[in-house]
Amino acid sequence: MRASTIKRYWSVALVAVIIAVLPRFIPSYGAFELTYVAAYAIGILGLVILTGANGQISLGHGAFFAIGGYTVALLGQKLGIPYWVSVPLAALLSGAVGLALGLVALRLEGIYLALATFALAVATPPTLKHFKMLTGGSQGVILTPVGVPSALHGMLTPEQWLYYVTWALAGVLFLATSLALRGRLGRALRALRDNEVAAISFGVDPHRYKTLAFGWSAAYAGIGGAIVAIATAFASPDAYGIVLSLALVTGAVLGGLDTLWGALIGGLIVEYLPLLAQNINPAAPSVIYGIALIIFTIFLPGGISRAVQTFVTSLRRGGNQHART
Amino acid sequence: MRALSRPLAAVLAAVFAVSLGAGMPTSAGADEPGVSSTEIILGGLHPYSGPASSYGAIGKGAQAYFAYINDNGGVNGRKIVYKDLDDAYSPPQAVQLAKQLVEQDHVFAMFNTLGTPSNTAIRPYLNQNAVPQLFVATGASTWGADAAKFPWTIGWQPDYQSEAIIYAHYLMKEDPNAKIAVLYQNDDYGEDYLNGLKQGLGSKAAAIVKTATYEVTDPSVSSQVASLKASGANTFFIFATPKFSIQAMVAAAQQSWKPRTFLNSVSNSQTTMKAATSAGGVAATQGIISVQYLKDPAEPKWDADAGMKLYRAIVAKYMPGADPNNGYHLYGMGAAFTLVECLQRAGKNPTRRALVDAAIHLNERNNPFLITGVVVQTSPNNRFPIGQEQLASYDGTRFSLFGSLIGARGR
Repeated sequence: MRASTIKRYWSVALVAVIIAVLPRFIPSYGAFELTYVAAYAIGILGLVILTGANGQISLGHGAFFAIGGYTVALLGQKLGIPYWVSVPLAALLSGAVGLALGLVALRLEGIYLALATFALAVATPPTLKHFKMLTGGSQGVILTPVGVPSALHGMLTPEQWLYYVTWALAGVLFLATSLALRGRLGRALRALRDNEVAAISFGVDPHRYKTLAFGWSAAYAGIGGAIVAIATAFASPDAYGIVLSLALVTGAVLGGLDTLWGALIGGLIVEYLPLLAQNINPAAPSVIYGIALIIFTIFLPGGISRAVQTFVTSLRRGGNQHART
Repeated sequence: MRALSRPLAAVLAAVFAVSLGAGMPTSAGADEPGVSSTEIILGGLHPYSGPASSYGAIGKGAQAYFAYINDNGGVNGRKIVYKDLDDAYSPPQAVQLAKQLVEQDHVFAMFNTLGTPSNTAIRPYLNQNAVPQLFVATGASTWGADAAKFPWTIGWQPDYQSEAIIYAHYLMKEDPNAKIAVLYQNDDYGEDYLNGLKQGLGSKAAAIVKTATYEVTDPSVSSQVASLKASGANTFFIFATPKFSIQAMVAAAQQSWKPRTFLNSVSNSQTTMKAATSAGGVAATQGIISVQYLKDPAEPKWDADAGMKLYRAIVAKYMPGADPNNGYHLYGMGAAFTLVECLQRAGKNPTRRALVDAAIHLNERNNPFLITGVVVQTSPNNRFPIGQEQLASYDGTRFSLFGSLIGARGR
């Protein structure tokens, strides 16, 4: 194994250990907040695939959060289906809608795709309200709160249990994504992003891969939305508006679109930035979002994850530089 | 510290249990979360950011009233600490912050959280943990109607349905053949009003010839107003938040539509009416009918009133830079007044149960911020604290109350 590969595993292992032991050191509601971080990180991971690897823009991933959230809510409330069944179903349904949208996206490039997905985000709350018979309209749907399995009673609070399940799921998804993006699939997506004509001449089918990227990405957002709804134990239309979609994109851009770490950092940003910013000024979150977006796109287009990597690398090189020159 | 406090709590709990078992009188309240010898900690959520941020003024009003109470000795010698956080009108954030307030800040009770979605989201959690969720700032009927399932929750303001019923009864007296057009916000708040209107019209519900909705993210409602006008209606109900109410009033005036207009109390503050008048002329607001239950700070009639003087003094001292004519501040103080009474009646060693008990046995006749004669009244079977309102009409510069107080829900 190369040194860099070993180092990469070290950092992954370190983060995994931190995640595993953290609930012992923080209050239960702290674990609860970190569950949202995992949910948002999974959703943003979808954007890292779609926008980062494949170069397609989506300002409407909040809509897939809504599909995921409402799938678990309605399957649970109307049919009594447990979460371990309904979350995968939420991913499938959201992914299927994503595939369909991917077909539309084939005909739209850049700014037009951004606008179309923006419209999707805007249309989500009214659509949910319109199909009142199914979705309960604006009243929303109340979900059954997560309980601790009897084997673990007394050892974990419900919040901690949900935390571990969510982070385990996030771990699996991050690992799977990392492998897939490193292989043939990832190469095809990146080739299409960088130069579509060249990619086609090498035998990459653009329609197939771009549609696939959309469906794949949407499935992740569906899972993220499902977890948010389960944690909140409530799904209501106005929680899935344009604000959520833009927060996800902002998190992805600030975190960094070209590494999976970016998704993790993005999840932290979406969850904690509004909580921290309100200490400065009530109106601060949106202002900070806006300013940070501008600064990052101009000065740090790779996001926080890339900036940290560059910094660490330059530190390491700094030591060796004299010897080399 | 944290590691130590858990065994400590266990020991305390054991001591408490033993003392109960021995039949000894316990000093109730001493172990109550959020109550120390010097402080009572309360939690609350208001939207200080996001699309509903104008309602943040309510939380600020309540905060100012508590500061005033604290400077005058507090409640039974304890100062009120009101931890009021920004949930941006988002249910996921509300749930997280409520857990933080209960589990980290150990609040004694939640007070005046704003918005139906946020309150709906946190209600099961608070009730499960027996944390009082008092005087929520929403007029949905569920806060009073679903007490059997959620006994720790109660509303404060008149519910939207009752208000709409009052309009319906008045209209049927004035114009039994009215043709009604309704603009309402496409959510539970708007639907509550619409349902109340239908209920109040009863067999005449067919008088509603056209309805139109808007989303909170819509830029304007002028096309909705145009379609309502085209229906040929001669009566116009606006069940909308301030921004959209202004747009609706102005659009009707610009389209030279002059129906008999009813405006929901949510939007009848002087700030709203002034904005509509300056944008659409006197024609936009003259003759508009609404109801009031709070004293309107912009109404000169109250200038000499002791309650209004108190309100203005508190704004001047504790809310530097705030607009005293913003009725939301007064709303927050009114709700805070009722809460302070409940805290006082919960006794020297208040418990959560005693607090809720006080909240469902109210007969408050001296709330200085409510229209003279309005009684804040509850019983275990009637959990709608304010059930009286008075009709008012706008003359282009201000609202004037007319008729007498009208009771809803059997009052």
